[in-house]
Amino acid sequence: MSGAYASPQLYLEEQARWRSAEIAFWIAALLPFVFFKAYLSLASQIAITALFALSLDLILGYAGIVSLGHAAFFGIGAYAAGLLGKHGWGEPLSGLVIAAAAAALVGFAASFIVARFRHLALIMITLGMGLLLHEAANSASGLTGGADGLQGIKMWPLFGVFKFDLYGVTAYTYSLVVLFLMFLVARRLIHSPFGLSLRGIRENPLRMPAIGASSEAHIRKIYTIAAAIAGVAGALLAQTTSTVSLEVLGFQRSADVLVILILGGAGRLYGGILGAIIYMVARDQFSGLNPQYWYFWIGLLLIAVVMFLPNGILGGMAKLISSWRHRTS
Amino acid sequence: MAPQDIVTAPALATRGLDKSFGSLLVAGGIELALPQGARYALIGPNGAGKTTLINLMTGMLAPDAGQVLLDGEDITSLKPEQRVKKGLVRTFQINQLFPRLSALEAVTLAICERQGHGGAWWKRLHGYREAVEEAHGILASLHLGENCYRPARELPYGQQRLLEIALALAAKPRVLLLDEPAAGVPESESAELFTAISGLPADITVLFIEHDMNIVFRFATRIIVLVGGRVLLEGSPQEIAADPLVREVYLGKKGHHG
Repeated sequence: MSGAYASPQLYLEEQARWRSAEIAFWIAALLPFVFFKAYLSLASQIAITALFALSLDLILGYAGIVSLGHAAFFGIGAYAAGLLGKHGWGEPLSGLVIAAAAAALVGFAASFIVARFRHLALIMITLGMGLLLHEAANSASGLTGGADGLQGIKMWPLFGVFKFDLYGVTAYTYSLVVLFLMFLVARRLIHSPFGLSLRGIRENPLRMPAIGASSEAHIRKIYTIAAAIAGVAGALLAQTTSTVSLEVLGFQRSADVLVILILGGAGRLYGGILGAIIYMVARDQFSGLNPQYWYFWIGLLLIAVVMFLPNGILGGMAKLISSWRHRTS
Repeated sequence: MAPQDIVTAPALATRGLDKSFGSLLVAGGIELALPQGARYALIGPNGAGKTTLINLMTGMLAPDAGQVLLDGEDITSLKPEQRVKKGLVRTFQINQLFPRLSALEAVTLAICERQGHGGAWWKRLHGYREAVEEAHGILASLHLGENCYRPARELPYGQQRLLEIALALAAKPRVLLLDEPAAGVPESESAELFTAISGLPADITVLFIEHDMNIVFRFATRIIVLVGGRVLLEGSPQEIAADPLVREVYLGKKGHHG
């Protein structure tokens, strides 16, 4: 763990180095194109959920900001992109940008409240904001379609060339590329001085002012960035499925993404992605067999992971590998 | 330094600082003036309000009345982080570290925050070479260089106390308030820790809380005695040791005859 490094810079460089497992992971993400062609739509949903979980990881895993209302930003992005597509602007990329801006704007406004609270108060506040937005979208049925959802979204082909096909080839390609680019941004961010400051807030918010740091400004910034990324995820869902239902803003989605991140391992960037894969594939398989028991197994898995793998599945794997290396060396 | 600076106000001063928690007075009319470069010890029995005074000075508690002045400037309305930026820095009696950050990361964090890079999210951390080297230098000067890649929570307790000080030094203090820096450290190691403290640059004003009178008389040039939230006495170690009131209230129990 604490081996000697030639210089402090090299040590920090080593923290940010691309691991071979990471490269292998992103190559493996291409496998569905070859081996699971029937599941490309599912793969696209997984990539979108992974992006959503990644955005939560930035605030929860790195800055220690708990949220039970993160679907608010996913939903805003979904409705923004959906409304654009419905009202005659079906260009996907500009739709993503506008959706991200809309979610970021609301996230920035909310961040002034969020930055001032922690723990239980924060859970209640984010939960409350999520419920507010859900009900607002429900009652504004003229705009959102209410409980019937937003119908009649017409997406233009990507770059004017690639149509969103029934098999999900374009959808998965699009979602995966956007996930990867957003991941690069997040990865860059966590290895920057700002990323270090976020970990400082997570590790000891009391010490931060004593070293001259304004935690609130940092929290406002990361909350806005995370909201934008969640908005992109929501927009991807709206664009690749051409529908937006009220559940994009629902409490269930906020809870699910939290479960996904905790299962996979918070504060590790890949935790949310791994969690999304396990969760979505398992749901696809189990719910085919016995839909009503799906949450029974998720509940069991969640309890087991939190009890025995406090750092999630990825944290458990990392521990296993490092102890194995320790033994062989 | 310009000539007019020499006659300026003390590095840190308080004017009529009052604070009560309900009916309990924890600070009453505290008037202090610490000249630049002084080494002050703050002593007093348990519950005298020593930590409270540090909390009031650093802005972690708001006073009911009175002012805190840093180099003559009224900083009473500034937030704690703003006071740190102006050079008023503290450590904690109970470790306030970043448990899962390595010592090097923690000190680099404090330096980046001081330099205003804390919000820089596009440039890689290891690109800030000077900050990283400065962090390593601070850690090495406190004999933490060997262990600087280990998470704070894995360090031996004595080294954690040193990291507490390293974090404060990273903020480039002009006035450093040390709340029982040797708390919990075995007596044999506490002298070593204070040797490190006395090796700090002479232009830094230091105020430390300490119970061990041998340490106090060895390292302080001035002593403030706080009892029941009020300054009982301030003076040189000789004056304090000779004062009958101090001997009765505080030193008497310890049986110190300095």
